[in-house]
Amino acid sequence: MAELAMRATELVKWFGEGDAKTIAVREVSFDAWFGEMLYIEGPSGSGKTTLLSLISGILRPNSGTVLVENKDIWSMTSDQIAEFRLNKVGFVFQDYHLFPRLTTVENVAIPLILKRLDWNESINEAMKYLEIVGIKDRALLPPVKLSGGEQQRVAIARAIASHPDILIFDEPTASLDGDTGRRIIEFVKKNILNDKRCIIVVTHDSRIFEYADRIMKMEDGRIIGFEQGGGREN
Amino acid sequence: MDFSTYVIININCSIIQKKPRFRKKNGIRVGSRFHKWRREDIHRVKGILKIAYKLLVNDKGKFAALLVGITFAVFLMVMMTSMFAGILHRSSATVLNIGAKVWVMDPAVNTPINSIPLPDYVLDAVRSIHGVKYAVPLYSGGALVKLRSGVYQSVTVIGLDDSSLYGRPELIDGQIENIYAENAFVVVKDAEFAKLENPRIGTEFEINDHRGVIVGIAKVTTSGLFGVPTLYTTYNRALQYIPSTRFTTAFILIEPKSSDAVPYIKQQVKALGYEALTKEEFIQKTSNFYKYQTGVGTNVLIMTVISFIVGLSISGQTFYTFILENLEKFGALKAIGAKGRELIYMILFQATFTALTGYGLGIGLACLLITVAKLRLPSYAAMITYANLGIAFVMVLIIAAISSYIGVRKVLRIEPFDIFRG
Repeated sequence: MAELAMRATELVKWFGEGDAKTIAVREVSFDAWFGEMLYIEGPSGSGKTTLLSLISGILRPNSGTVLVENKDIWSMTSDQIAEFRLNKVGFVFQDYHLFPRLTTVENVAIPLILKRLDWNESINEAMKYLEIVGIKDRALLPPVKLSGGEQQRVAIARAIASHPDILIFDEPTASLDGDTGRRIIEFVKKNILNDKRCIIVVTHDSRIFEYADRIMKMEDGRIIGFEQGGGREN
Repeated sequence: MDFSTYVIININCSIIQKKPRFRKKNGIRVGSRFHKWRREDIHRVKGILKIAYKLLVNDKGKFAALLVGITFAVFLMVMMTSMFAGILHRSSATVLNIGAKVWVMDPAVNTPINSIPLPDYVLDAVRSIHGVKYAVPLYSGGALVKLRSGVYQSVTVIGLDDSSLYGRPELIDGQIENIYAENAFVVVKDAEFAKLENPRIGTEFEINDHRGVIVGIAKVTTSGLFGVPTLYTTYNRALQYIPSTRFTTAFILIEPKSSDAVPYIKQQVKALGYEALTKEEFIQKTSNFYKYQTGVGTNVLIMTVISFIVGLSISGQTFYTFILENLEKFGALKAIGAKGRELIYMILFQATFTALTGYGLGIGLACLLITVAKLRLPSYAAMITYANLGIAFVMVLIIAAISSYIGVRKVLRIEPFDIFRG
């Protein structure tokens, strides 16, 4: 039986006060399991991104808990949360947010440097992750010289470099054409997902639903249901 | 047990019970934050600073603009303050070159150039003050000399005490005894030397219808401020050759028996209605005159402040743009796990690195320009002092601090959540 990777309980988040108060997430509870690829799907403004931020230690909820390894991450200090994000969570941002002034391999090495590895050691280690995502030959180029799909792979390599338990993808196919997007998700499912890792993907790209193990549907800040995904393994 | 006994017992207990906060191992305080820093975080901080360095230097356009701003500001600040330092230094040329320890003058005298002649009795009175080893008169005045080519040239004539030649310059050619020869003058080989058509020993000239002969060529610590060559002769010959007022002694130079005697000498001279200043005090008085009573100081201060503002504007604006362009990346770094203080280190490093590089370039450029200018114009009055360098350094640090403060405020405000929201 799969182990629990993360448990969100009664998460509530609102923005603004008084008349301007907007509730983005309303008492959301769910579990995510190791070995699982969980999609969060819903229309724009349904609270997907806010929920992603709450469970990844980026945005503090107004109420509720997020348990990782039986510890509520929101009971930690800000430094501990930063360490939690570094060690337990890997992010693949929608726009990748790669540093254009650093080489590809240096971009991937950033989490390793933050994890206190020596610079050269970090670069050597980062090369291994570039090899995993298949763009080792692009290591010394700046990210702007790479295609969208290659940049996505660099972002994935950076996200997995710190050996995170939870990988978070924010709209991973939004900036890619259909084929490339599908290939990337296929690659992630085949090479990145394993029994000791949980991948949470925020998307409304139905073309990649077939790779999900579960799809959590959100609307107006609430979970309106779960669906089994295609769970396609290739 | 009375209260005092209770207090003593408690103090003793607290002394005994107080444990050292940290134990030491190989000179490193184990268990302290410092120790943790050394052991665990050094790679992290080094790596973060290297990332900051690459982000800065690889953005060649912005880095160049930042450097231009700071280099230009430093260059202007150093040039301004160096010219001022050069002017101040030269304004005290006579005091520095003569080198007497104590100078007696009229209290209204502000600079060595504008002396007010002292009555003859003052010299006798000064010589009788307890603590004065010896005191001699000094003549200082202007004259016109007619050169062999027929050209007239203004000169400053310094008349040294005939018997002691106290304050005589160091000769690089000729013998000092020859100053007692007929019509003898010693010329100073300084920046103005060429104006006397590069005289040699034996060169003749006319001074107030008297024949003058160069018997020695001397070197001095510094040239004068007003671009006039200097001739040394004896006090009496100076009086004989140059039209004089009723009183002729410009300054009385004192050699005190010891430095302890100086305050008493000053007090006694004051009682005579005159002022005795040590060499340093006279230089300071001259300097203060040019700084506060001529407008030169104000102009230099204004130009220095303008240079500072220009540098701050260029580099502050560029650095701000640089931070804005990288703001999302800093947010991404925060999301990945960088702490707020680490982002502050990055920005401080970038600002300091740029500031110090610009400082070095600015100083180098100023040195180069002053050197080239002095090669072309020997009388060019500019002098880089440690104070100039210090002022420019402080200004640059202020520019770096203000620039990084703006950047730090921006970066600390960015939330990783904003990165997700796009």
